[in-house]
Amino acid sequence: MSIEYLGLSEINGPLIVLEGVQDAAFDEIVELTVDGKEKKLGRVIEVYEDKAVIQVFEGSDNMSLKNTHTRFTGHPMEIGLSPDILGRIFDGAGRPIDDLGPVNAEEKRNINGQPLNPVAREYPRNYIHTGISAIDGLTTLIRGQKLPIFSGNGLPHDQLAAQLVRQASLGADSNEQFAVVFAAMGAKHDVADYFKRTFEESGVSDHVVMFLNLANDPVVERLITPKVALTAAEYLAFEKNMHILVILTDMTSFAEALREVSSSKGEIPSRKGFPGYLYSEFATIYERAGIIHGSEGSVTQIPILTMPNDDITHPIPDLTGYITEGQIVLDRSLHGQSIYPPISILPSLSRLMKDGIGEGFTRKDHQDLANQLFSCYAKVGEARALASVIGEDELSDIDKKYLEFGKAFEQQYLKQTETENRSIETTLDIGWQLLSMLPKAELDRVDTKILDEYYPDDSSQK
Amino acid sequence: METKTGNIFGINGPIVYLKGNTGFKISEMVYVGENRLVGEVIHLTTEQTTIQVYEETTGLKPGDVVTATGNAISVTLGPGILNNIFDGIQRPLQGIAEKSGAFISSGVQLDALDAEKKWKTHLTIKEKDYVSGGSIIAEVQETSSIVHKAMVPPGVEGQILSVQPDGDYTIEDVIATVLLSDGTEYPLRLAQKWPIRVPRPVANRYPASKPLITGQRILDTLFPIAKGGTAAVPGGFGTGKTMTQHQIAKWADADIIIYIGCGERGNEMTQVLEDFSKLIDPRTKKPLMDRTALIANTSNMPVAAREASIYTGVTLAEYYRDMGYDVAIMADSTSRWAEALRELSGRLEEMPAEEGFPAYLASRLSQFYERAGLMQNLNGTEGSVSIIGAVSPQGGDFSEPVTQNTKRFVRCFWGLDKSLAYARHFPAIHWLTSYSEYLSDLSPWYANNVAHNFVDYRNQIMTLLNQESSLMEIVKLIGSDVLPDDQKLVLEIARVIRIGFLQQNAFHPEDTCVPMEKQYRMMETILHLYNRSKALISLGMPVRILKESGIFDRITSMKYEVPNDNLSLFENYHKEIDDFYEEIMKQNA
Repeated sequence: MSIEYLGLSEINGPLIVLEGVQDAAFDEIVELTVDGKEKKLGRVIEVYEDKAVIQVFEGSDNMSLKNTHTRFTGHPMEIGLSPDILGRIFDGAGRPIDDLGPVNAEEKRNINGQPLNPVAREYPRNYIHTGISAIDGLTTLIRGQKLPIFSGNGLPHDQLAAQLVRQASLGADSNEQFAVVFAAMGAKHDVADYFKRTFEESGVSDHVVMFLNLANDPVVERLITPKVALTAAEYLAFEKNMHILVILTDMTSFAEALREVSSSKGEIPSRKGFPGYLYSEFATIYERAGIIHGSEGSVTQIPILTMPNDDITHPIPDLTGYITEGQIVLDRSLHGQSIYPPISILPSLSRLMKDGIGEGFTRKDHQDLANQLFSCYAKVGEARALASVIGEDELSDIDKKYLEFGKAFEQQYLKQTETENRSIETTLDIGWQLLSMLPKAELDRVDTKILDEYYPDDSSQK
Repeated sequence: METKTGNIFGINGPIVYLKGNTGFKISEMVYVGENRLVGEVIHLTTEQTTIQVYEETTGLKPGDVVTATGNAISVTLGPGILNNIFDGIQRPLQGIAEKSGAFISSGVQLDALDAEKKWKTHLTIKEKDYVSGGSIIAEVQETSSIVHKAMVPPGVEGQILSVQPDGDYTIEDVIATVLLSDGTEYPLRLAQKWPIRVPRPVANRYPASKPLITGQRILDTLFPIAKGGTAAVPGGFGTGKTMTQHQIAKWADADIIIYIGCGERGNEMTQVLEDFSKLIDPRTKKPLMDRTALIANTSNMPVAAREASIYTGVTLAEYYRDMGYDVAIMADSTSRWAEALRELSGRLEEMPAEEGFPAYLASRLSQFYERAGLMQNLNGTEGSVSIIGAVSPQGGDFSEPVTQNTKRFVRCFWGLDKSLAYARHFPAIHWLTSYSEYLSDLSPWYANNVAHNFVDYRNQIMTLLNQESSLMEIVKLIGSDVLPDDQKLVLEIARVIRIGFLQQNAFHPEDTCVPMEKQYRMMETILHLYNRSKALISLGMPVRILKESGIFDRITSMKYEVPNDNLSLFENYHKEIDDFYEEIMKQNA
């Protein structure tokens, strides 16, 4: 079955072309041997009769048209899985790099996955407590959600993600099994080390699976790293009934790798040189989050991406936002004021929040309170814009109150330390304390009954 | 009939090439490879046949056999469509789940509609009747709220030769036969097939005359859509496109809703399924799912089927229109469909036009939206298809090709605004960028069915909002203190309109859907407050005094205080406004 072909007919960046091939299948994995010793993996991305275009994960270094043996494996990319992968470290293509030897695979899975049938999905409703006010209170994370962090270079997205991993808990029923799948695409060594250390220090490292494609690792390998990681996550969640938190960093590198390969294939670019299928590619990654009816596990995704030039309308954050269930946006000016986490709450959103909070989940005033804080903070922005034109002194009394509220909100609600784990009650109570700085009549998003119950009375004369 | 076959020559993602002149027809449905994946012929030359495949092409090889079916890619139309969920090429997702588990594997062979189920059928024709395309031949109670009317397929005409008695039949049983003019016999069944890219024929097109009532104040009052109309809902992510679509699908007074989830999130489709099965239609008192069919082609399902899902949806809608029903289509989102066109066009290496979209984007969009309309059907009944398409502009920028081209073919534009969404003003439809061209067509309906001065009030509200926006330009520069009192009053009233009228809480049991009468009474009350306050101000009363009375805040919250079934409470508000006026007049006399 396994015929080996010697030689190639074309090499173009990470793409190689092989002619005279029989029976090459679309999307099949090939094994390449360079000079009889160096092993590489590749994937068939186009076939025309007896000609196959292959994308080499490790790049085409050292390859010539003569020195390469190619063997077609006859199956798409697969990885071996077993519960033993917990605590292990793999490279971007799923090969162990921690000197602990190969994994005894219980089963092999196609990394491309398959779309989850909407009728088999269960709508996510259970909230994950993170201890971070801006997230718990205003952009609540729900089990089975995909909630990306939109960040920029130099912003503390890694610290935030690490804090999420350390503090995320399911509340009272926390005897359920919980694990983290961490995938780095083009991440810096320091970043990978930081995460490794954080996982060790917080004692979760035996519940973490790491897939590392670092910044100097082959670019093309990045294209399969998230798929390998999510295949592992799906296996642990839906076969082993665990609750999996997947962290993908950095999706921008993934998209750039896609652009690189697309342009060497000579494809027609759409926006900013990215291929037209960037959306579909993103979707096949992000949509692999969720809960299945009758299964106890879940996959929750926190992809991290750096917005080029902090531009939220750039195709990468833009297309991501259209697929994910909300986004957490980090802001450079908050960061500049030493506010951690620098979450810009107005563009941030959790789409699944509304069904996972309130009575029975958090507290009945949660939704109204969140709406009111959003609405008041939006007015803070207007007041600040006005103040920058006419000066603070000229503002009306109510606008001045909004300025005060805005400052207090940033200092007391948003700002916390990297180890501070606030309870949901604390978060909500701080919210009411802040609202009490404003006259009751300004609070037009809160149901009258809830307002009477929670609005702190002692300050109502203000 | 001999089946034509060909062999695969090349594969590039969802596009497959065959060599030579295969004799396939354009738009013909084909089966590709061992797993018999569904595909469609999209391009023919004497040297090469191009096919787009509706499933994952992983594992296909050059040399694999492609079999032609002889038919264009079609949907099956018959009882069983409602209260069901399909993928983009009308395969039942429930059935796929039973067959292949929680994940969708490729090559699943399934009938679109359950062919085993027996429907209790009442035949409405008798022997010797003369029937033609569209004639109703039988009735089936499809769901608790909808009677399904089986029809003669368009193009078939002749005398009924035989009719089965009333009884239980499957969609494939022959329930009658027709003698065609050429002497052949044609069997009639409960179900028929129709190609998705061909509009079903109608007798006549009527001008728009009645609104599609959605229960959403900003839509019904300010920017109404007609039954048989078209609307676009553009907005960046997080501005509430899907929420708007869900609200309309829940509360619109259409008989049938076809909800197309085209390239959107899987969890959203699950939510529609869960919610709509629990929610009760306020008009029929039956579950909403009983009038709904869902087409779910989520973003991670194959891209070619995403392209087809829009046509599948509109064909189902036209079929129910032919029975005489008012059908509304929610297409969420047409941008994903346009992007699927772009993706496939890129794979075909076609010359791109704007932003990489193919040059035929505009003509495809117009073909789709033109399938909407208020029609006289072939059988004489009147039915409508309304299309409400969400648009997801790249970067929230409305100048991109999909939004711009859509704008040319729709007559309602409900522009969602990011800053409103950031301030959690929902629905975040911006009153200055949105428009409806149906307003003048629908004015007579409002005058006859709601109130003679409805449109006049509506225009007054719009004027106030526009005045506010130009005043805000000044306020942004120098603050509001310098404005004269009558202009300050405009700002205050506009605030009442924005918060008390335009903002609508989808999670509040009373506020989620508001009847026309209440919308009218709310407008009336706000304008009454405005007129009375204006009178006071013209007498020299400062706005500050009026505001301190709290009357503005009470009017703002009337949307929650007045139940939808007890509109007489508006009298109290009127009285309160009058009392307030009298009192201030007295104090300052």
